[in-house]
Amino acid sequence: MSEQAVLQGETGAAAPPRFEFPAETSELLRSCVHCGLCLGACPTYRENGDENDSPRGRLYLMKGLAYGKIEPAPAVQRHLDLCLDCRACETACPSGVHYGRILETTREYLNEAAPPPWHVKLLRKFVFEQLFARPVLLSTLTTLMRFQQTSGLRRFLHSVGVMKLLPPRLRLMEAMQPPLEEAPFRSNAPAVFPADGDAPRMKVALFSGCVMDLMLGEIHRATVKVLQAYGIEVHTVHAQHCCGALMFHAGEANTGRMLAKRNIEAFGGLGVDWIVNNSAGCGAVLKEYGEWLPGDERAHAFAKKNKDVSEILAGLEPVRPYKRISATVCYDAPCHLLHAQKISAQPVELIKRIPGVAWIELPDANFCCGAAGVYNLTQPAMSRAVLRRKVEAIRSTGAEIVLTGNPGCLLQIRQGCKEAGLSCEVLHPMELLARAL
Amino acid sequence: MDHEPQQPPMIPAVLRAELMAAVGPGNVKVAAEELHVYECDGLTIDTAVPGAVVFVHSTEQVVKVVKACAAAQQPFVARGAGTGLSGGAVALNNAVVIELARMNRILELDLENRVALVEPGVVNLRLSEACRSEGLHYAPDPSSQGSCTIGGNVAENSGGPHTLKLGVTVNHVLGLEVVLPDGRVVNLGGPLPGLPGYDLTGLFVGSEGTFGIATKVWVKLTPNPEAVKTLLAVFPSIDAASRAVSAIIARGIVPAALELIDQQVIRAVEEWLHLGFPTEAGAVLLIELDGLRDGLDLLAGRVMDACRSSDCLDVRAAKDDAERLLLWKARKQAFGAVGRLSPSYYVQDGVIPRSKLPEVLAKIQAAGRKHGLTTANVFHAGDGNLHPLILFDERKPEEVERALKCNDEVLAAVVEAGGMLSGEHGIGMEKLKFMPQVFSEDDLEGMRRVREAFDPNYLANPGKAIPARRCWEVKGHKPPEAEAAALPPMRKA
Repeated sequence: MSEQAVLQGETGAAAPPRFEFPAETSELLRSCVHCGLCLGACPTYRENGDENDSPRGRLYLMKGLAYGKIEPAPAVQRHLDLCLDCRACETACPSGVHYGRILETTREYLNEAAPPPWHVKLLRKFVFEQLFARPVLLSTLTTLMRFQQTSGLRRFLHSVGVMKLLPPRLRLMEAMQPPLEEAPFRSNAPAVFPADGDAPRMKVALFSGCVMDLMLGEIHRATVKVLQAYGIEVHTVHAQHCCGALMFHAGEANTGRMLAKRNIEAFGGLGVDWIVNNSAGCGAVLKEYGEWLPGDERAHAFAKKNKDVSEILAGLEPVRPYKRISATVCYDAPCHLLHAQKISAQPVELIKRIPGVAWIELPDANFCCGAAGVYNLTQPAMSRAVLRRKVEAIRSTGAEIVLTGNPGCLLQIRQGCKEAGLSCEVLHPMELLARAL
Repeated sequence: MDHEPQQPPMIPAVLRAELMAAVGPGNVKVAAEELHVYECDGLTIDTAVPGAVVFVHSTEQVVKVVKACAAAQQPFVARGAGTGLSGGAVALNNAVVIELARMNRILELDLENRVALVEPGVVNLRLSEACRSEGLHYAPDPSSQGSCTIGGNVAENSGGPHTLKLGVTVNHVLGLEVVLPDGRVVNLGGPLPGLPGYDLTGLFVGSEGTFGIATKVWVKLTPNPEAVKTLLAVFPSIDAASRAVSAIIARGIVPAALELIDQQVIRAVEEWLHLGFPTEAGAVLLIELDGLRDGLDLLAGRVMDACRSSDCLDVRAAKDDAERLLLWKARKQAFGAVGRLSPSYYVQDGVIPRSKLPEVLAKIQAAGRKHGLTTANVFHAGDGNLHPLILFDERKPEEVERALKCNDEVLAAVVEAGGMLSGEHGIGMEKLKFMPQVFSEDDLEGMRRVREAFDPNYLANPGKAIPARRCWEVKGHKPPEAEAAALPPMRKA
């Protein structure tokens, strides 16, 4: 008799599952009626036509886990891991299935019920619980990156062909790093940026995050400039942390909750009207803090205070006139702005205000670009396939400037366009607005 | 949890090896967990786990896979997006699912002759999008058109709201390349209409996968109308709305679409889209008129008159394209929105004479009440194509039983009114047992002979579309017991 059989006892009854499928998730799963209207909206299903890689199929897998019909086998994990968590299916779903929440809580369950191998666990522990949770580590890493870029080390390594020896994922990471000529944002920012014009029309605090703060500081500076030009006073919060989006998406909710609490603390008692962010992925999760910390009043209040910068600006006029920018422009909607936060019209409206801008509709702008947090590193093949379609769509517009309001998408699309030999500029909408103001 | 983990169904090792050789090992799925999601299509009541799922990429691969199945006497089922609503893509008898979703190329767009040649996995809406800039579209527009495939539409002879004026799939398919159940490839029809010989294209469309697998489809493309006007008419009761439908048709008007949405569905849709639908209304009609710009307003006026003569509370035209699209979104995704009212629903599909609408709708409501279940209606009123929805909770076996009984009574009401079992969803497996109520044994025998001309060994999608001759179709394949027991007595011809 095998050890397993002995453990199960003479009765032959299967051992009870060690981890209960979360009841909340089980309840949420009921809202899927299996109509399949989500299939056409799913980037991974569009690539491989596998029901297991469609939203409906993944929900059926998760229902299978919830009802004990299937085991958390490697195949199940693989299909759930291949999900971009772009939540385009939520927009397509007439029944109101909370797909993102279902997926993320199921991932949390699977991390316990079917833990990954030790080396993956260790890497995840380092990345999620150390690197992103400790600003000093991330900023050290950025300093090193900046050094290899500016000292000529990177150019040297490339010239001698050492980079070709790197494993593909590292090579991709290396290729995608943004140019770090510019300084980080927060460490050089004053406590308050005054509004242009007379009295400020509102006061906001800027959520500047982690990676974006260190590596894409110029987007924050552009955002501040635009906000100021719209007569808004901007406050810097130095004690803030990573928003936790990566952790929540990966099922590492406990680390995410810890970061959420720190942010709630950092932004508490500031006396600002809104907390503004310019990163769709961060914004989506900031607005979900209430769901991740149920029963925490401060978390709910915090969540309600967060707004994407385009939401803030949409109804307003700047205090000084726009300069003309003559360019053809298209806009790719970041999934967590469009599908998670349901913000579609505001960014477009803002861009169209700039005189001289010739707007071109990007086909399938509502589809993911394949960046999806760290998905481009964890699932490089699918990410590339999804990106390829995005780049072809961009090519078909012939636009000179491509805009997207999320750092991951920005770097991904920039890299994709560069590789495809497109000469377009890929910018955050705030960068273009800043040029015009 | 009272469910036992499922055992993977097995196909013979030799067959498995042949399938892998035909399409490559990565394109054959045999893991229990992965087969689990293929156990049903859009109808979740009927399930059966397939023996394998095979992804095909070309006609040649389909031929190899079908030949391998034929040699092993292994039944097979073609599948597209799996959005069908009659269990047509359920893999009974351990069948191998031949997944065509990756055969999704538009091979030719002949805009001059308004013909397209497509592979079966092309998503319905994507075809219309591909020729939109040329002022053309593919007319059949099932509500699932953003997901469902042309191949599946061919199998089920799918309709859609706009088929009232333009006709269903069979009216838009010119020809087919078909892999027969023994692996031979034949062409039925072709890019030109009206080829001599039997209309085998017409025969194949709607055969629910029982004649073979379409691997190429020639379809007609339809010019977009010069102008479109969409009206929303609000009625105090479903009865008044039904009368308006008859009044419109009686005036000799053929709208592009004429859809009825009842109060339950209005509420579900309103909760989702916040369109400002009157949630207290008994029913609304969505009426679309199209054609030349000149005269369209006049036509709209006549439709409005017809509505007012039927006690309509309010009737107005969509003010712009955005509102028009939103109204259609509400209509087309209404089934899914019903998920907000109930965890599961059973959607039926029957056609009745328009004049019987009020009578049959009342019977549907009564059947729901009798079984303590909510029923809802959203359907193509213009051609009397009903889609009653029966709401239930799939976790309560007793409630599922009641839903099934209620469903039987709904279909009985349709048949009693001189109606038909399916307008566009097909018979699949769920309505098999009602076939003897509307067809004589001789009728059915005739259908079986046609089927046998294509598929003498009953390997292509067995257990669908027409009931078995005696006990089951093939020796050696046992019927699911429930199915055999449920067969009602034959109607005397």
